[in-house]
Amino acid sequence: MLYALKIATRYLTASKAQTALLVTGVAVGVFIFIFMSALIGGLAEFILSRTVGDISHITIEAETDDPSVLISPEGHVLVVAERVRTRTATLSEAATWLPQIEGVPGVRAVSPQISGAGFVTRGAQVAQVSVTGVEPGRESAILDLAGYMVEGDVRLGSGLIVLGRDLADDLALSIGRTLRLESSNGVTAALTLSGIFKTGNGSMDSARAFVSLSTARTLYAMPQGVTRIEIKLGDLNAADATALRIRALTGLDAVPWTDGAEQLMEALNAQAQTGYFLKTFALITIVIGVASALLLSTYRRRPEIGIMRAMGAGRGFVIFVFVTQGALIGLMGGIMGAALGYLALLPFPSRDAFEPGTLPMDITQGSYGLAITLTVIGAILASILPARSAARVDPVTAIGQ
Amino acid sequence: MSALLEVTDLFKTYGTGEAATRVLRGLSLRLDTGEMAALLGPSGSGKSTLLTILGTLMKPTSGSYVMLGEDMISADDRALTEFRNAHIGFVFQFHNLLPDFTALENVIFPTAVREGRETPAARARGRDLLSRMGLADRIEFPSANLSGGQKQRVAVARALMNSPELVLADEPTGNLDRDSANQVMDLIGQINREEGTAFLISTHDEKIAGFCRRQIVVGDGVVTG
Repeated sequence: MLYALKIATRYLTASKAQTALLVTGVAVGVFIFIFMSALIGGLAEFILSRTVGDISHITIEAETDDPSVLISPEGHVLVVAERVRTRTATLSEAATWLPQIEGVPGVRAVSPQISGAGFVTRGAQVAQVSVTGVEPGRESAILDLAGYMVEGDVRLGSGLIVLGRDLADDLALSIGRTLRLESSNGVTAALTLSGIFKTGNGSMDSARAFVSLSTARTLYAMPQGVTRIEIKLGDLNAADATALRIRALTGLDAVPWTDGAEQLMEALNAQAQTGYFLKTFALITIVIGVASALLLSTYRRRPEIGIMRAMGAGRGFVIFVFVTQGALIGLMGGIMGAALGYLALLPFPSRDAFEPGTLPMDITQGSYGLAITLTVIGAILASILPARSAARVDPVTAIGQ
Repeated sequence: MSALLEVTDLFKTYGTGEAATRVLRGLSLRLDTGEMAALLGPSGSGKSTLLTILGTLMKPTSGSYVMLGEDMISADDRALTEFRNAHIGFVFQFHNLLPDFTALENVIFPTAVREGRETPAARARGRDLLSRMGLADRIEFPSANLSGGQKQRVAVARALMNSPELVLADEPTGNLDRDSANQVMDLIGQINREEGTAFLISTHDEKIAGFCRRQIVVGDGVVTG
């Protein structure tokens, strides 16, 4: 088959212009394939980072106790105690689980939190807020609070509070000012505004407050334990598997971010499907291009094929010559297209630096190997029809042409 | 002399029904080992069809064909291809070289295609054959750059590459001037004498036929003389 490879190579090099055009055509198809892969992949990454990047990838919350049931000696239910809505379930042994959760592969950060509702008052002004108590040093473990700070310091000490830009403006607060925070448990604390953040998310900037975990314990009368544990992963796509692992390890109710995010997942899947269609069309274009060019080549070389057959070349040999041509065209076009795609994607910012207004192209999602492999396979498949046609050439008719 | 090939009662009809053309009509022929024969006859007499059948490139409508003791009628395409490669050489009127290959590459094609690669031994034999054809200085020339006479000598060298027992030549000098034609026929005669290769040469030219020891005349689909 080495000799068939030589013949195939010679045929390709004998018609340099035609081969160059054909390889360029294939390369353009591969370029589109890679460009679409990087765009669709980058877009999905961008959407996910914008929607899920700042939230917990896995959340553990205490399971609420079932309502108590009083049974009479006769077996009748006497009283059903309805769940108290203001009561907060707690993870009383959170401290025990934290080292184990932090040791789970893929876990990037763990943040034990106490959260609840409250009212911020300053003078006559009152605003409802969602309060989150986090451990000092873990302020940016889940939400990149440090990255969103526009004034003051993110560090949360005892007696300090960090508010969103909109809320601070509504209350006409500035750094260093004191405000009162009353929790849903009725505990009131006087806190000093130490930092202001702006995420761009209106509900967060106008209704979220961050305090230290110790301050939250006081506000919500929770001397030990936490209300939730938030977990950030290196790969947010691994949330389902990691949540299962944490559940198996700790017995806690670990919920991945994908629960309740069906619409987002559907949108991303639809986007991915669109990408598959476009990439499939690119591949079909390649296959049609290679097949038509090789069919023309077969027709042009019919007399030569006839001579080869007369000289003792079998049908298998002829098929191999043309299939090898297809494979070589696919390989050259694939590598050229992949290289062009990579070069074209280089100027785009990396996935960690996507900015609004720019195309979120992810150079790492170009599927270069897949593009080359599929192109070679496609080109081989495309060459089978011309190769079979060549093998069926009647030497007598062909030599007489 | 032993029989190299023998065909008996060969019929070949092209087309069917009213469009049917009967080219061979019960032709029988024996060719001995090392024989050098000319195949004469007017156009349409069936010479080319006979050569094509003897070259195993086409099967007759009916009749028998045995070469080197093997039945060529019942053999399948693969067996015929291998047989052709090993035992039969071809020289065509229009040389029919592979235009994108050098003279040497054309000559060693029959061996390379059998062995799957161009071996040093094949290259050495190819060079030797081209030298014997007077083309020592054209060995690495692209075949497209050779003159008509040179191309035909390359074609003769290619036909001899696998040391076949039989070379079938269809008007091998029909496209050459007189000097080139004589040169090619001298070479064919030399190979026949030195290597004992049998030649069956189809021609209209009485002078070319004169190079051969036997003349076979075909007319109306049968051997007439």
